[in-house]
Amino acid sequence: MSAHAPAARLPRWMEYGLLPVLNLVLALLVSGLVVVVIGQDPFEALGVLLKGAFGSIENIGYTLYYATDIIFTGLAVAVAFQAGLFNIGGEGQAYIAGLGVGLVCLYLDFLPMPVIIALAVIASMVFGAAWAAIPAWLQAHRGSHIVITTIMFNFIAYSVMVYLLVHPLIEPGQMAPQSRAFAANAIMPSIKGVAAVVGLDLGAAPLNLSFVWALIAAAGTWLFIGHTSPGYAIRVVGANPEAAVCAGIRPERAIMLAMLLSGALAGGLALNEVMGVQQRIMVGFTAGYGFTGIAAALMGRNHPVGIILAALLFGALYQGGAELSFDIPDISAEMVVVIQGFVIIFTGALENMLRPTLARLAARLEGGRAQTA
Amino acid sequence: MAGAEQPPAVALQGISKRFGTVLANQDIDLAVASGTIHGIVGENGAGKSTLMSILYGFYQADAGEILIDGTVVRIQGSADAIRHGIGMVHQHFMLVETFTVLENLALGAEDGPLLRRGLDRARRTLKQIGDTYGLSVDPDAIVGGLAVGQQQRVEILKALYREARILILDEPTGVLTPQEADHLFKVLAALRQQGKTVILITHKLREIMAITDNVSVMRQGRMVAHRKTAETSAAELSELMVGRKVVLHFDKAPARPGATALSVTGLHVTDGAGIERVKGVDLTVRAGEIVGIAGVAGNGQSELLEAIAGIRRPRAGRIRSGDIDLFPHPDFSSRRVRDHRIAHVPEDRHRTGMVGAFPARENVLLGEQDSPAFHRHGLIDWKRVSADATAKMTHFDVRPCDPTLKMANFSGGNQQKLILAREMERDPILLLVGQPTRGVDIGAIEFIHRRLLALRDAGKAILLVSVELEEIMSLSDRILVMFDGRIVGEVTVTDPGAVDERMLGLLMAGCQPGQPGVIAR
Repeated sequence: MSAHAPAARLPRWMEYGLLPVLNLVLALLVSGLVVVVIGQDPFEALGVLLKGAFGSIENIGYTLYYATDIIFTGLAVAVAFQAGLFNIGGEGQAYIAGLGVGLVCLYLDFLPMPVIIALAVIASMVFGAAWAAIPAWLQAHRGSHIVITTIMFNFIAYSVMVYLLVHPLIEPGQMAPQSRAFAANAIMPSIKGVAAVVGLDLGAAPLNLSFVWALIAAAGTWLFIGHTSPGYAIRVVGANPEAAVCAGIRPERAIMLAMLLSGALAGGLALNEVMGVQQRIMVGFTAGYGFTGIAAALMGRNHPVGIILAALLFGALYQGGAELSFDIPDISAEMVVVIQGFVIIFTGALENMLRPTLARLAARLEGGRAQTA
Repeated sequence: MAGAEQPPAVALQGISKRFGTVLANQDIDLAVASGTIHGIVGENGAGKSTLMSILYGFYQADAGEILIDGTVVRIQGSADAIRHGIGMVHQHFMLVETFTVLENLALGAEDGPLLRRGLDRARRTLKQIGDTYGLSVDPDAIVGGLAVGQQQRVEILKALYREARILILDEPTGVLTPQEADHLFKVLAALRQQGKTVILITHKLREIMAITDNVSVMRQGRMVAHRKTAETSAAELSELMVGRKVVLHFDKAPARPGATALSVTGLHVTDGAGIERVKGVDLTVRAGEIVGIAGVAGNGQSELLEAIAGIRRPRAGRIRSGDIDLFPHPDFSSRRVRDHRIAHVPEDRHRTGMVGAFPARENVLLGEQDSPAFHRHGLIDWKRVSADATAKMTHFDVRPCDPTLKMANFSGGNQQKLILAREMERDPILLLVGQPTRGVDIGAIEFIHRRLLALRDAGKAILLVSVELEEIMSLSDRILVMFDGRIVGEVTVTDPGAVDERMLGLLMAGCQPGQPGVIAR
């Protein structure tokens, strides 16, 4: 009766293996065509991209640094999605979290470093969660659509941060809208030293402890969603809100909790960028990672392990893409964004394009097996 | 009035329709004379709506013919039906709520890409139709802002605008106030006077007696009788509708009712659209007895059950379990109701009883997610949950007995058994159960019935809501009949075979038989 077919179910190996790979291959094919159109060799370009992303320990360090941001924002999207919510406000939540992290690093830098790190982690979560709290409340209690409110809150976050960085927080005597640099003990420690102990030279790669925090956050998310009763409640609300009410679960609470956690996870991005890399609060440090996180969550099937893998892919695209525009000047930085865009479109937005075909294929395979059996 | 030699406006011959293993319509013959109002009555699931959906082109009959004005026609979609002059007013309106009345009329009859022409035509025609049939609606009103009765008029106008000569109305009064229903009947009478043919599907015998010329009775997918309304009675129709019920006989021990487990007084419940569905219900359920609520769907039973389960907040009244106030109470919630050992098997398992996308074991956890028994070190102990799910699935013979299988992949009967297992093994003092065997195969029905009786014999109280009269009669120790939000009769069952189902049928259809044995309220 319905005009559009429901999302077909696939066997696990197709759902988690074949489909994402096919989508990625398609994205690379189309990107290759674009490279051909501008008169370059697509295979050479692919080689440069791969080498740029994984060619050396330093390059891998860069890839992991980018992946850190995307793990955080991908987890943020996934947790909200478990409650049936599409949080596209990761960008704004991370941005405001940067304010919290920055305030700790700017004004509490008389404390010892471990205390500052702990406070900065807490601040990133509290500020990120707080920015998600208002859209969450409006959704839970007033039914305002979370997509609309979170995207609006992104814009509000941009404006608030620009104002703060142009007025109260600006470094005195400077023109750039950014705070002063943090003191040496208020910086997220690089993991260069640790890597050097095992003989790996990370070079200039800005990989820092936030990466470890991202992995811990992924593990925590996995545990929370799959193995705790509030996580279970969130999933029930996402899958069938009416059954949730019947089972004594309050959907408003589950929605609030999922969104607060989502915002707190998005805040992790600020630890990496503000405290780890820029070491000051800057305008626009979120650089669209909030949106890349959506693609990572889609591609990673909202599962923490999948999200880490997808984040590695996107990290490699960011890092390899940067090398690509450097090595082949005809492929400009904008071209690289186009290629990244194709990957996001094919793995994210066009996620369901090949699904019906694969479902038919799976049904035929199943049928064949049943006949031979 | 139709002449004697005029062919019937609609004739159905030998219509059959099968859904899977269910024969929804079986060799149906029906002739509707032109210019008459023809009623079709039957219980829930008798096949009335399926038959009309075939006539309107939503379904294709597996066998049989449709004749319009004596010629055989093929109706393969609603467009064909409209072309043959058939209009349908659905139970749930097919209107665009954000559009005006006029825009809704013109929808699908726009007369080309520019709307102006179609709208102008619609405005002229609307006035004309309105004058002819006394159907006045403000053409520029937004449909969503109109009262339900007005929206229904728009549906009728839509059909007439498409020049329908044959109008099908599916349970038209279900959503109307009595005044609106009276007005609808006037409109229908006016339509008949203008030579239109009306087919009225309903389960309310009063309406049939009041407005129709002829009436056909359906039961279990078959057409069992055709009568001239003037020559029949509500009592006869009721008997035809209900038939002789097959009461499943169990070795049913006499009930030994104990203390009161549930008492409801003066309960009023309003549905999401603001319509009062429960209009002052009093009832008690005692330990060790099954109280069955009989009634045709849509008479407030669902809302009553949801209110007691803590899902729907009543407007007024009182709900007590033992000496605990469930309503009014500051924390009125399903959580609190569950915490007081009241289990609930909801009427619509897919919508509220389970999560189809989750494996069976996660469905067994539903409602028990905070129970310490399933936790270890603050985390859900999935091993325990799996073991518990396996045990429950074994006790209730759920097949396949695989707690990791996705709930949606079980058959309806096995899904229902799993939900019953979950709710019944919580050791409740009161079980609220709605439509326990809806969409369940016969083997599972017997199993479920035996389990419910066993729970009763173990001294638990059960409140059963079902639209299956056989089920109510087989299981209940007391039967309450609900009609239009009120309890209109009560029967104490000593022998299930001796229950006067004809009288129950009359009560369910809104007639007061006033016979001995009935406590008419």
